[in-house]
Amino acid sequence: MRVALQVTCVNDAMFPDTGKAVVRLLRRLGVDVDFPRAQTCCGQPMVNTGYLDEAVPVVRTFVDAFAGYDAIVTPSGSCAGSARHQHAIVAERSGDRALAAAVAETAPKTYELSEFLVDVLGVTDVGAYFPHRVTYHPTCHSLRMLGVGERPQRLLEAVRGITLVDLPEATECCGFGGTFALKNADTSVAMGADKARHVRDTGAEVLVAGDNSCLMHIGGMLSRQRAGVRVMHLAEILASTAESESHSSGPAVGERAGGPAT
Amino acid sequence: MSGGTFVGMPAFPTAAREALGDTQLRSNLAHATRTIRDKRAAVVAEVEDWEDLRLAGAGVKEAALRDLATHLETLEASLVRAGATVHWARDAEEACAIVARLAHAHGVDEVVKVKSMATMEIGLNEALEAEGIAAWETDLAEMIVQLGDDLPSHILVPAIHRNRAEIREIFMRRMGDVGRPAPDDLTDEPVVLAAAARAHLREKFLRAKVAVSGANFAVADTGTLVVVESEGNGRMCLTLPDVLISVVGIEKVVATWSDLDPMLRLLPRSSTGERMNPYTSTWSGVTPGDGPQEVHVVLLDNGRTRALADDVGRQALRCIRCSACLNVCPVYERTGGHAYGSVYPGPIGAILNPLLRGVSDEQTASLPYASSLCGACFEVCPVRIDIPSVLVDQRAAVVDSHRGDRVPKAEAVAMKAAAWAFSDSRRLAWAEKASGLGGRVLRRFGRTTLPGGRAAAGRLPGPGAGWTGARDLPAPPEESFRAWWDRTDGGQNDRGTR
Amino acid sequence: MSARDDILAAVRAALTDVSPAVAVPEAPRAPDRGDLVALFVERVEDYRAVVTRCNEADLAGVVAGVLGERSSVVPPALGLEIAGSVVDDGLSAAELDAIDAVVTRARVGIAETGTIVLDHQPDQGRRAISLVPDLHVCIVDATQVVADVPDAIALLDPARPLTWISGPSATSDIELDRVEGVHGPRTLHVVLVGP
Repeated sequence: MRVALQVTCVNDAMFPDTGKAVVRLLRRLGVDVDFPRAQTCCGQPMVNTGYLDEAVPVVRTFVDAFAGYDAIVTPSGSCAGSARHQHAIVAERSGDRALAAAVAETAPKTYELSEFLVDVLGVTDVGAYFPHRVTYHPTCHSLRMLGVGERPQRLLEAVRGITLVDLPEATECCGFGGTFALKNADTSVAMGADKARHVRDTGAEVLVAGDNSCLMHIGGMLSRQRAGVRVMHLAEILASTAESESHSSGPAVGERAGGPAT
Repeated sequence: MSGGTFVGMPAFPTAAREALGDTQLRSNLAHATRTIRDKRAAVVAEVEDWEDLRLAGAGVKEAALRDLATHLETLEASLVRAGATVHWARDAEEACAIVARLAHAHGVDEVVKVKSMATMEIGLNEALEAEGIAAWETDLAEMIVQLGDDLPSHILVPAIHRNRAEIREIFMRRMGDVGRPAPDDLTDEPVVLAAAARAHLREKFLRAKVAVSGANFAVADTGTLVVVESEGNGRMCLTLPDVLISVVGIEKVVATWSDLDPMLRLLPRSSTGERMNPYTSTWSGVTPGDGPQEVHVVLLDNGRTRALADDVGRQALRCIRCSACLNVCPVYERTGGHAYGSVYPGPIGAILNPLLRGVSDEQTASLPYASSLCGACFEVCPVRIDIPSVLVDQRAAVVDSHRGDRVPKAEAVAMKAAAWAFSDSRRLAWAEKASGLGGRVLRRFGRTTLPGGRAAAGRLPGPGAGWTGARDLPAPPEESFRAWWDRTDGGQNDRGTR
Repeated sequence: MSARDDILAAVRAALTDVSPAVAVPEAPRAPDRGDLVALFVERVEDYRAVVTRCNEADLAGVVAGVLGERSSVVPPALGLEIAGSVVDDGLSAAELDAIDAVVTRARVGIAETGTIVLDHQPDQGRRAISLVPDLHVCIVDATQVVADVPDAIALLDPARPLTWISGPSATSDIELDRVEGVHGPRTLHVVLVGP
């Protein structure tokens, strides 16, 4: 099986450790994952802001980069949703039949990470070790656009050492919403404040989710509040092992924090 | 008397900012939307085949819309056969003029009204007032809004933004101006307030000669109109006066009597969170010796044919005004309905208003963006309107309407630049290098550290301020994933971060 | 062109390339819930309506007991003698407002939703009589109870005015707090007649 990593533009530029964690995790599970160098972005920022014409060349870049792979794995519910549901809309608008045909090929082969692990590889215990108190936020696009259901929780429950606590009002949106976070910053922050409060109520040390963009928003609020809760992508927890834990003084410090090693 | 007006409302972000600062409003809304969400969830969970019921409901409405001209002609013929008079109104002005003319013809200076979104939409009360006719709202929430010279903020519960203490104050202050005053010992208990409304309105019901209603459904093959309600004010208006005028949007049509089945099972559970609402009235024209002996139906377009022509947006006309989408919307819950600047607030309003009116004014053009696209609205919609997809499509309509602008908006410039960078991975790699340099600066001089040790931007100037006003922003890493992959041959020879 | 012709033309123009053929899935049926009459009673009571069960022989006594000293109005063909009751012959709204209670029959009862439907035939009377008085005593025969909404729709004649009643008048307009009793009858008393 030829498996490609769609790392996503946000992870590529801002959260490379998430991409590295996916690579480590998949290799550990025996998957030889490839990173097609021509990839850029799924086009969602343009589509969700209404710039459909601008999204056409971006979608074309996507389908060209991932043509021929059996599975496209992405550590983002939102980007998987974009590929599966929005690319066809963009292609139809472009009037380019070849693009529509290419989208029909790539769309069904695009999997969010937890879907790929559970549905394609058939694993829930990925051999991870993460001895911390963690709460999980199901991001809207994972939950409602993709319907990943309980897959992420099942993966987390199988992690050794973890204490998983329920997040109150878990399914309510955090308020990120792409350009919504800027165009309607006040409302976005009001939603984020409630999400942050619920996270704090759990007493968790780590908030985990399947989308770094949502985590950047919630984590940015928690940081501003000096709440003492850090955010981590699901992939990074699933990639953690007893060995990697012993090298760090806590989750996401050092390499996984994206800064220079301390 | 009339309520306020939505005319001249600012765009959503500005109106929302003001609403977010109203602590009383936030508290009232949070309590009310949570209550009704929980009620709905409980009665929907009771129906084992709810998803199939939704499919059936969506099918009934979609089928009616796709052959709307035929069904409208059938409806008209059925109504006329049953003794009703049918009027057609292209827009709000025509519809209001028809109602005013009929009221004048009967020499009345007042009408009683059943809660109706269509008559709110066309501004009927204000139009009648200008003609010297008082229109008394008889639904409790509508009456609270009307007495308070206020605006509705919810489709089902227009006074959802008011709590019991505010309602008591409005009743004490205003009831006496327009009829029977509130009793001196009025308390803020809902049961006492409801009793005051009963006493106040009863004299109006008993003397009214003309009533105005809308309709939840109009059945083409039988000429039957349906009004779904709770309080009995609807029954009063539909039964006691001699003349009944119903203003009905053309999208309210369903083809056959049996089509009412999925709708009457879907609507109460989605709307008030009940197995069935207290009262549903159906009537087909005139019944000799029972109820109004003169029945008029005004079929209203007012932008509906515009929405009908939109291939993506057409589905919004399936809406049965249950307001389930408002109650689950995290944006609505925090801003309330007034911020949407329309009688149709919330997610459905964010698509319906631009579809009915177009996006040429700034306020309407701001509505499709008043959503984080979380999808909770689609999940609860009883007729399966894919609101997030229509929102995105309406955003595209807004963007497209500005494509001819001589000076493009900053956002359009940014999107074009992003599209340029994202169309070629080499351009993206270059941009990432530049941001990595920025990150280096932040790490050296920044004073903010995220939990876990990563450097962050605390407060940025310019456009970044929208983000960092309340949120720290992680500093970009020195090395992008792409650069790491190249340097380490896909992680095969990774010896730590550079 | 008239408004009618304009609107119909606009509708047709909007749908030029749209096929009118849409498959409408059949609405699902509620599963068999067993004893329909028991379910009906339970669900009517859920609305805080009062239900009394009796047999045909006891009906007149039960209704008289419910009414007590109250003044009442009855439809022209109730089929039950109620001492002192006024038979409606087109009473005005103001006259009805001076009467405490109304006794009617019903057309159908819906078990799933606890709903009674009146089709206002002579055993139920004009719509106004079951609306203005504050107490509605509604006699439902056990044989009139059907399972769910679609069964009722199939039985009902749309040419007649219909009133679907699910509990007493109610509102949730104040803080979503349900209050029974606004403009319609504040008390609904269902007398269920059966073996």
